[in-house]
Amino acid sequence: MIISVASGKGGTGKTLVATSLALSLKERGRVQLLDCDVEEPNAHILLKPAFVGSEAVFIPVPKIDESKCTYCGECARICAYHAIAVVPRHVLTFPELCHGCGACSYLCPEKAILEEGRQTGIVEWGHSDGVEFVHGKLSVGEAMPSPVIRKVKEHANGGGIVIIDVPPGTSCPVVEAVRGSDFCLLVTEPTPFGLNDLVLAVGTVRELGIPCGVVLNRAGVGDNKVERYCHDENLTILLTIPLDVEIARLYSRGVTLVEGLPAWKMAFVRLFDRIGDIANERSGSAKR
Amino acid sequence: MKEVVVLSGKGGTGKTCIVGCFAALADSKVLVDCDVDAADLHLLLNPLIQENHEFRSGQVAVIDDQRCTKCGLCQELCRFEAIKDSQVDPIACEGCALCFHICPDEAITMEERLSGQWFISDTKYGPLVHARLAIAQENSGKLVALVRQQARQIAERDGLDYIISDGPPGIGCPVISSLSGANVALLVAEPTLSGIHDLERVLAVCRCFGVPALACINKYDLNEDNTHHIEDFCRRENIEVVSKLPFDNTVTEALAKHLPVVEYPESGVAQGIRELWHSVYNLLTQAN
Ligand code: SF4
Ligand code: SF4
Repeated sequence: MIISVASGKGGTGKTLVATSLALSLKERGRVQLLDCDVEEPNAHILLKPAFVGSEAVFIPVPKIDESKCTYCGECARICAYHAIAVVPRHVLTFPELCHGCGACSYLCPEKAILEEGRQTGIVEWGHSDGVEFVHGKLSVGEAMPSPVIRKVKEHANGGGIVIIDVPPGTSCPVVEAVRGSDFCLLVTEPTPFGLNDLVLAVGTVRELGIPCGVVLNRAGVGDNKVERYCHDENLTILLTIPLDVEIARLYSRGVTLVEGLPAWKMAFVRLFDRIGDIANERSGSAKR
Repeated sequence: MKEVVVLSGKGGTGKTCIVGCFAALADSKVLVDCDVDAADLHLLLNPLIQENHEFRSGQVAVIDDQRCTKCGLCQELCRFEAIKDSQVDPIACEGCALCFHICPDEAITMEERLSGQWFISDTKYGPLVHARLAIAQENSGKLVALVRQQARQIAERDGLDYIISDGPPGIGCPVISSLSGANVALLVAEPTLSGIHDLERVLAVCRCFGVPALACINKYDLNEDNTHHIEDFCRRENIEVVSKLPFDNTVTEALAKHLPVVEYPESGVAQGIRELWHSVYNLLTQAN
């Protein structure tokens, strides 16, 4: 069971929900938390895992063997990202622009292009209080988070419970993180920003064909337009967390909700069961 | 003409609310929302759209069933797992065109992608350039570059002195795109452990691109210990903390009415933001 926790906008409580959900499910089996918000990973601050291993993330970039190169310019024409330029008797590569697609090395008529790894981030893993933990960090100055996200997801355990902390937004890194999930929880807040970003996030998740439900955080402020939207769109609000200075303070100190206020654990277990019901129902109806 | 970009590492720290206030406080400026992935600034500025343009960027592979002999070569070579059973998954496709080049039956074409829209609008406070990236698209960095360039043109045309930009979350492609060439970056942090971590990372990106940074601590009274940590960190890094804004429910009240909170001039936070703008303004006029 893979559950991704997303939100159109950052700062809505995505990491708060992901970490408490993971900690609450330990009695249900193997639980793993994958923090795929590789631009600003935060889950480790709350879970304080003991890291036991790490692995650098590389993307393959071209390395020109100038002894074979005839400066025909084919690679520069092929590269969709303008990462190669051929000038008289020299080939320039721009590794920061390269997506690592391999087209240039595959198609070079002289077989003059080899590939070498360029590090764009790191993946680290460990465990925290019975939860397996994996996260990735994009190196500062790097533009492309997707390869790091892909690497983090390669560590997903088969069969157990996997919780994915998704980066904010709706663009390609979000899709990369959410893809393959059985269910997506969308965390929002009852403000015009929250609603606007929820609508975008719902669009993204539906485009991917993944069932979703809503967690309403900081309830009690703002208006009830989020509830109305959910009702109209047939989205279930699976959990409501009130606006509470105590909860905000715990988070600010890096304490998870279920550690700070253990009474919340039941709510997260119930949340998990409801997700299970919805996901099963869906796969049942899909089979029929 | 001077440009300030407001960034926060992660979203949800009050960045957009602050930019909305700057919009109300500053004279002679153009506004630009660089958070093209989950744009929110328009919710505070109630724009009247004057111009609406399509954003086309990147390509996607399309396989012609009639010609395809299902040899499977494209599926084998595509590094983004975007082809299964001779069908392209447009969301996974990175548009590298490797498949297009190698298909022995010439069954693959590359088509332009409609990746979003961008707008030039009028607001009560001046012109606004904003955009909407289509769901699950990439190239948000390019769209950010485009809206900034439009803002610059408007400023030049109308002889405006300032560009005020609401930056995207994270540290990747869109952030880099919003930063390069800006005169000042205002970093908004919350006094949470994750906020400190995010501030460190986004500051590193500013350094990487040589943009001078200022910091502002939002909701500083949420955790005064962490506020001290941020202040210490900024002192060590030689970053001026130009403002500490209190937690104030008026922000949410104003937001629910789609107004920048400085429209409630009596509130404590409005006072703070006026002073903040003053400091940023002073720095901008001195910046080169
Ligand atoms: S691997 Fe692909 S993106 Fe990189 S340089 Fe070669 S053709 Fe361009
Ligand atoms: S264009 Fe590149 S990414 Fe897209 S399907 Fe073809 S080989 Fe794969």
